[in-house]
Amino acid sequence: MTYTDYPTGEPVLDTKAPSGPVNERWDKRRFEAKLVNPANRRKHTVIVVGTGLAGGSAGATLAEQGYHVVQFCYQDSARRAHSIAAQGGINAAKNYRNDGDSVHRLFYDTVKGGDFRARESNVHRLAQISVEIIDQCVAQGVPFAREYGGLLDTRSFGGVQVSRTFYARGQTGQQLLLGAYQALSRQIAAGNVEMHPRTEMLDLIVVDGRARGIVARDLITGKIDTYFADAVVLASGGYGNVFYLSTNAMNSNATAIWRAHRRGAYFANPCFTQIHPTCIPRTGDHQSKLTLMSESLRNDGRIWVPKAKGDTRPPDRIPEDERDYYLERIYPSFGNLVPRDIASRAAKNVCDEGRGVGPGGQGVYLDFADAIERMGRGAVQAKYGNLFDMYQRITDEDPYEVPMRIYPAVHYTMGGLWVDYDLQTTVPGLFAIGEANFSDHGANRLGASALMQGLADGYFVLPATINDYLARNPHQDEVNDEHPVVQEVVAETQDRLNLLLSVDGDRTPDSFHREVGELMWEFCGMARTDAGLRKALERIPQIRAEFWRRIKVPGTGEEFNQSLEKANRVVDYLELAELMCLDALHRSESCGGHFREESQTPDGEAARKDEEFSYAAAWEFTGTGEAPTLHREDLVFEYVHPTQRSYA
Amino acid sequence: MRLTLRVWRQKNADADGTMSTYEVDGISPDMSFLEMLDTLNEELIVKGEDPVAFDHDCREGICGACSLVINGDAHGPERTTTCQLHMRSFKDGDTIVVEPWRAAAFPVIKDLVVDRSAFDRIIQAGGYITAPTGSAPEAHATAVPKPDADLAFEHAECIGCGACVAACPNGAAMLFTSAKVNHLNVLPQGAPERETRVLDMVAQMDDEGFGGCTLAGECATACPKGIPLVSITSMNKEWLRAARRVER
Repeated sequence: MTYTDYPTGEPVLDTKAPSGPVNERWDKRRFEAKLVNPANRRKHTVIVVGTGLAGGSAGATLAEQGYHVVQFCYQDSARRAHSIAAQGGINAAKNYRNDGDSVHRLFYDTVKGGDFRARESNVHRLAQISVEIIDQCVAQGVPFAREYGGLLDTRSFGGVQVSRTFYARGQTGQQLLLGAYQALSRQIAAGNVEMHPRTEMLDLIVVDGRARGIVARDLITGKIDTYFADAVVLASGGYGNVFYLSTNAMNSNATAIWRAHRRGAYFANPCFTQIHPTCIPRTGDHQSKLTLMSESLRNDGRIWVPKAKGDTRPPDRIPEDERDYYLERIYPSFGNLVPRDIASRAAKNVCDEGRGVGPGGQGVYLDFADAIERMGRGAVQAKYGNLFDMYQRITDEDPYEVPMRIYPAVHYTMGGLWVDYDLQTTVPGLFAIGEANFSDHGANRLGASALMQGLADGYFVLPATINDYLARNPHQDEVNDEHPVVQEVVAETQDRLNLLLSVDGDRTPDSFHREVGELMWEFCGMARTDAGLRKALERIPQIRAEFWRRIKVPGTGEEFNQSLEKANRVVDYLELAELMCLDALHRSESCGGHFREESQTPDGEAARKDEEFSYAAAWEFTGTGEAPTLHREDLVFEYVHPTQRSYA
Repeated sequence: MRLTLRVWRQKNADADGTMSTYEVDGISPDMSFLEMLDTLNEELIVKGEDPVAFDHDCREGICGACSLVINGDAHGPERTTTCQLHMRSFKDGDTIVVEPWRAAAFPVIKDLVVDRSAFDRIIQAGGYITAPTGSAPEAHATAVPKPDADLAFEHAECIGCGACVAACPNGAAMLFTSAKVNHLNVLPQGAPERETRVLDMVAQMDDEGFGGCTLAGECATACPKGIPLVSITSMNKEWLRAARRVER
């Protein structure tokens, strides 16, 4: 059987979401969940992998409740996870502006923004919890922007008509993460959290069908260790780095979720990736990562390219009537503020036509000349000064004088491990939170919603639902290193690392990462076709085979070895990439960030096929290069009725 | 560009280190400093040599992982993090000296990678507000005057990179510690733990083996986030005030 002849398995019938009115479901679930007696909680150990917004907040909160938490991150400190780089803000339905916002409106906007591919029960809960998150963060001392009266300021963000985004200048993610890190630090000092920095999870231990621990490598000594627990929580982030170039941190990786997938956790909607429209274009082959410029720039900047192909004149020599302000032309009512997926695709289209600007023609102008004339240079500086400085530092061009050049880049992954309403994966005792799961954003995430989801999962959802699992599985047999399953998992991990070290070929881990990344960007990026995806699916196993013939990793496994870390992550990208392409191939509709060229309206907009594809695709692993099994979770819309999104 | 690099190589914490010399060619002025090191490492791997280990992650100047002393300056010649330093700040033919953070409290792990866990322990000693999840009052229950909120933010911008320690002739961690003390102590939410916070964090800082502060001011010059030197005097005031109150 070839990889593309995937079998269809049993549909996912029980998401554990309670029935009844949507606004009562979360209360109902919390009431029906069994509790663990406070005195017994310290006897339970919970492993948390990752210390971003989701992991940091979950570790701190579980420890406050009395559980014994063992937590891991690959960074040297729990304060550095990539949540820290989020710029714009965090949404919450506080309605402080009295502008008609409500929990129901945030729920509605998120379901619609996700192009009707998310589970209503989860999204509604997220909107409900959003208001508590702001209270929690303020109490921790997060220095949100404030008005002169001392109350919290908000701003508006793409795709919505209310002002509900709370922010801390352009560093909201940093400030929220430090809040969670500090709460976690308090629990570490109290002895309730055992923190392992510079330690990377390499596999999941599943005994008698339940997640009971992980295998992890101490990145300083290289020692492979096992850790055991009553439940395992993955908060290891998204998988955008499969594309090599993305806005993710260099070491963000998919190993924890991919290894869990290999051990039985279904992977849902892997092809739903978000391409952010405003990033700084690449400058050459040496490029190691891409840098995002906040979406807020589109409030005042005008996006354009020359009308003529191959026009290489400097921008100030191109007269007004020879410029194409294409977003304003195609989408007169939303103009430069169309949602991310639409702005990204439009930029790709004009560059494909040969009208792109800058080196390699992979860029469009984001021009502030009109804004500077209208508001004055001082006002533009007050609003965007730090972003302009950052742009100038990277490109050596002054955006006050010369228009910025921007191009779309991979930014966020909506897909992830399939979870039920309790955020539990298909492996009992294994939970996934934050970007690592697939739960709330459907096929496209709205701006300022990632921070909201990470903290909702970590502070409020998981700590309530994991109780139920632990209470129903009170005393399990002790698992230790002598257990045959554990010995096998450790041996497999050791073998994989030894193999990487022993091939002694002639190509670096980065060279393979770049190769698969470029392939994914070309065929599974902003626009996808049946033929292109099939080409990628043919190529990926060949790259994988070549990898195991030609990989070169210097040094040994018993030391600090960054090449070995990297090579091991690339092993997993080479499998995940294949699943992403298969998912993109099977979903022959366009929706949100997933654009299939075969499925578009006459004006080139994404055309959903609700009768055929109104489901989440949860894939079950069957073996490397083997066709996975598709399990469908049908999506039911009782409150927000699917319509074709229109921004014209 | 063609450059000569003199790089600190040290196999592990216990080994002796040495400066090694490498030539790199074909460096573009648009590369970041870390991309230049990537280029060197790709060549070293293919030759079967051990690549140069260095900490890095976001490469956007916010995670605080990168940490190199370049030609004697923490984070190099521009006021930014190493990851945001570009090769256009150097000239063709230059010799560039690359070392790890040098401080007694930051032992070398390998090459340019150091152990900064002392910073985490300073935060654990009191760099937080006790607000267990679920216990928070409504966010607008307490108004915070805008100047106080702005001041708190200015200090909260610290990325914990350790450049202040590396730049300090005494290897002191006063700027790092004071940034967190001032962030939290200026806010009404931080008031109940105001005294214990500053006393416990300073005590932990001393226990970690950081040097004493002589207000040399190198820390504030090296800080990529512009935490001001006056942060230290504010913390000293907080400490004196707390010491008197606790005695009472």
